[in-house]
This record gives sequence, C-alpha cells and structure tokens, in this order.
Amino acid sequence: MATEFHNLQELRHSASLANKVFIQRDYSEGTTCKFQTKFPSELESRIERTLFEDTVKTLNNYYTEAEKIGGQSYLEGCLACATAYLIFLCMETRYEKVLKKIAKYIQEQNEKVYAPRGLLITDPIERGMRVIEISIYEDRGSSGSSSGSSSVSGSTAR
Amino acid sequence: MSAVMITRKVRKWEKLPGKNTFCCDGRVMMARQKGVFYLTLFLIVGTCSLFFAFECPYLALHLSPFIPVFAIVLFLFVMAMLLRTSFSDPGVLPRALQEEATFIEMEIEAANGNVPAGQRPPPRIRNVQINNQIVKLKYCYTCKIFRPPRASHCSICDNCVDRFDHHCPWVGNCVGKRNYRYFYLFTLSLSLLTIYIFTFDIVHVVMRSVDKGFLNTLKETPGTVLEVLVCFFTLWSVVGLTGFHTYLISLNQTTNEDIKGSWSGKNRVQNPYSHKNIFKNCCEVLCGPAYPSVLDRRGLQEDSPAPASTAAPNNSNNSSSSSPEPQAMKTTAPLIFNEHTPEDAKPSLGAPAQKSPSPKEEHPPPSKVPPLASPEPDVDASNIKDKSH
Repeated sequence: MATEFHNLQELRHSASLANKVFIQRDYSEGTTCKFQTKFPSELESRIERTLFEDTVKTLNNYYTEAEKIGGQSYLEGCLACATAYLIFLCMETRYEKVLKKIAKYIQEQNEKVYAPRGLLITDPIERGMRVIEISIYEDRGSSGSSSGSSSVSGSTAR
Repeated sequence: MSAVMITRKVRKWEKLPGKNTFCCDGRVMMARQKGVFYLTLFLIVGTCSLFFAFECPYLALHLSPFIPVFAIVLFLFVMAMLLRTSFSDPGVLPRALQEEATFIEMEIEAANGNVPAGQRPPPRIRNVQINNQIVKLKYCYTCKIFRPPRASHCSICDNCVDRFDHHCPWVGNCVGKRNYRYFYLFTLSLSLLTIYIFTFDIVHVVMRSVDKGFLNTLKETPGTVLEVLVCFFTLWSVVGLTGFHTYLISLNQTTNEDIKGSWSGKNRVQNPYSHKNIFKNCCEVLCGPAYPSVLDRRGLQEDSPAPASTAAPNNSNNSSSSSPEPQAMKTTAPLIFNEHTPEDAKPSLGAPAQKSPSPKEEHPPPSKVPPLASPEPDVDASNIKDKSH
C-alpha cells in the first residue's frame, strides 16, 4: 500500500497531493516553541510511529536550544545592547544559526525518511512556527481518487 | 508555465494581508498611521538640535566638553532604539493558509459535535494547561488560527501579534515579542536624555544668569525656554511610562494582560509565565534570545503569474506600495481610539502615564487599547464565554 518514491524530485513531479496533516504546538511548558508528539491517525499507514516521534523530538530539542536563556544569550544581549543593536546588521543571532540547522535537518529527513514514504515535511518557520505541516502524497499512477478532501483518514482504501 | 508570460519579481510583502505599510522593499514595516511617529521624531530631533545649538557651546567651554559628547551618544542611542522599534516586525503571526484553516475548522466541528438547529455553536476556545494554570486560547476569525498564549489581534494593524503588549502610535507600530526590549530601552534612554537636557538647561540658565542676568540670558538663548517646556512635559509622561514598564517586566506581564486584569488574582489565577523572581523575569524579557521574524517579507512570491502585472511595476524602492493611501497626518490625535475596546478594561491605569492635557511623549495605556477583540464574532464568542461563567 505504501507508495514508493526514490527521491524528493520524483515525489514532487510524479505524485499528487492527497492530504495535509498539521502537528500543533504544545503549550504545556509555556510559550517556548515545542510541538506535540502525538501521532496523527492519518499517518498510521504511512510511517512508523517511532520515526515520526524522533523527528518531532529532535525538532523540539533544536528549538529549546535556540530559545535557551543562559550565559550565551545574556552575553549576546548585552553586547548587542552596548552597540545599540547595530551588531545584528553584521552578525547572525544564535536563533538564526539554529534555524539554519533545523532547515538542514528537515531537508535531510525529507530525503531519507519521508519522501520514500510519500510524505513531505514543511519547515515550521514557513507556517509562522505554528504547525508542522506534513503533506501526504499519492502516486499519480495509482487509482487516483486523491481529491485532497481533508476528511480522508489514513486508512484510505486503494 | 508559458515562457512568454511577463513575470516580475513580486516579493511576499506586497501580498501580505493586514494594514501595514512597508518601505525599502520590505525591510521596513510600520503601521498605517504614521503622523504621531513623525511628531515624536520632530520633538526629539528638534529639542536636541536646540540643545546642541544653544547650550552646548557654552557648557563645553565653561564646564566640560564631555557634556555635549555624552548628549550626542545618548541622542544616537535614543534614535537607534526608536527606529528599531518602529521599523521592525513586532512578532506578527502569519494568517493560516487555506488547508490549515480547513483542518482547524474540522477539528472544531468534531469537538463540538452536533449543535441543535437554532442554537449558537459554542465559542471557539481551546484550553491548555501552562504551569498548572488553565489558559484559554481564543480563535481569531480574521487570521483563522487559535492564538498562541499571550498573542492578541491588533485591529489597527489587522494582525495577530505574538506576546502583544500594545499598539503605540508614538512609534507608529505594535509593540510585541520582537520589539518590546527596543521599546523599553527607547523609553528608558529617552527618560535619561530628557532628564539630562532638562538638568543642563537649568545649569546653563543659572550659570549665565549669574553673569548677565536672567532676562538677558533668555534673550540670548531663546531655545532654552522651548526645551525646558518640552522636557518638562515629556519628563512626567516618559519617566512614568518607563516606571510602569519596569514594573511589568519585573512581573513578566504585558500591558494587554495588565489592562485586562488577566493575572490580577481574582479567581485565584496567577501569571503562569512569571518565574516568581524579579531578576529572572527581567533577564528573560531583556536578555532573552532575539527572535527571528516569521513573516518572510523579502522572499519571492512563488506563484506570481502575469495577471499580477496589472499592479504598477515597482521593482525599485517604493514606500508603501501595499497600502496606496497617503500617510495621514494625525497630529490632532495622539490617542488613537480603537473600535473594539476590551470588555473588561480598567478605566485608568493609576499614576504613571495619565497626564492627558498636552502630552508630548505621552503614552496613555488604556486608550491606545491593545485591541484583543477582532471582528464581531470574536466579541460574541467572548460574551458567550463570559455569560457562561
């Protein structure tokens, strides 16, 4: 049942979008950026639970690292204040550095884990850090009742 | 995609919903009404120019050359903070795209179950538990999202802003998560600058009067009178405002929460975001990480086919191309009133910033109302919620 794709390019060209799942934010620890690790039912037939949870947990760790308030962030803040924040014109903030790492990680996960299973993760920053959007693709060759209706559950009969 | 189509590079800021104006090809982001901001600029630059012209030569000669030097440094810092506050993205949350909005709608409908015909559906509220407090997340009908905790919808800018503090007409922008520390440093440094200029004005007048008499002094340096007047009124409002925000920071509260009385202690609700330690709260607000903007303003719009070229071709810098109306000079309205006042706003906010007569830098919190109720349905929902308490 799982449609096989060899790489990301093939996914984009030969598959059609069937559905999208949105992983919401987890606010139990306050306003720091953290996503829920609850496994959505639509993905049940597409990917193993552990792989999904690993991805979300790694992303959460990255965000915690970016938003950590400790020695380094104080130093950055004080130095920036002393230069009237002009230093941000030349220097990259720690958050931006971590965001680059996250983008690379998501790209790598898409290539290695998600694209072969017909899925695609969108970087949360493109959705305002509100959700992790996971697009579910169907192979165009297969019986395509991929009507993109959002009520399609994971157990779409093929 | 036909190769014949004339596509021009459309940046994402040109298509952003909301009532912001953008300058410098998306690098600068402000609210639509900028009149009061220009007034702020004029007052600061004008007063400092008078100080440098009239007082500084005398003081540099008779007291110390460091006096004008320090004044210049302070002035530059104030301007940097003001421009940083006014021009940066306060933490605007982008609106939900179609699929996300539909997904959320479906979740809501699933949660509500079957609503009998004729009955109003329950208000769209999500409860989350943060540090053992139940916090209600409201649904924003304009942005089609459940607002994160501490976010609020500004109806002047028509955006949801993260950690919304208030909309400040004096800086011409909302104050939110990303620019709150710049705003605070602006008020703080402006207080210092005002006190500095005021003090040295007095010193200068006294020193000169000893030599030449009071009236002659005023004749020689007429600017002094103006400066003293401006500084006098500014002092009360800006110093008070700085004090008020220092109080808020030490409690890790926003102006919005303070006005609504979210954590005032009734119903035994406490602020779940406070670390219960003044030092930690200050450090988090002022020395926390510099959050990046999640609004990709300068990115290129992916689907910009030819029909979009009906807009005036404006690849070069074009101020406010996304809102073509001329910038209204609202010099008569230092208080921008908002159609949707919060239903349980406190009438006034105690001593600090309440001088209404001729505010120069004044910042009256209740009337610059952090608008939290967006269109009517949301107000309706909140009313229902309140009634059902």
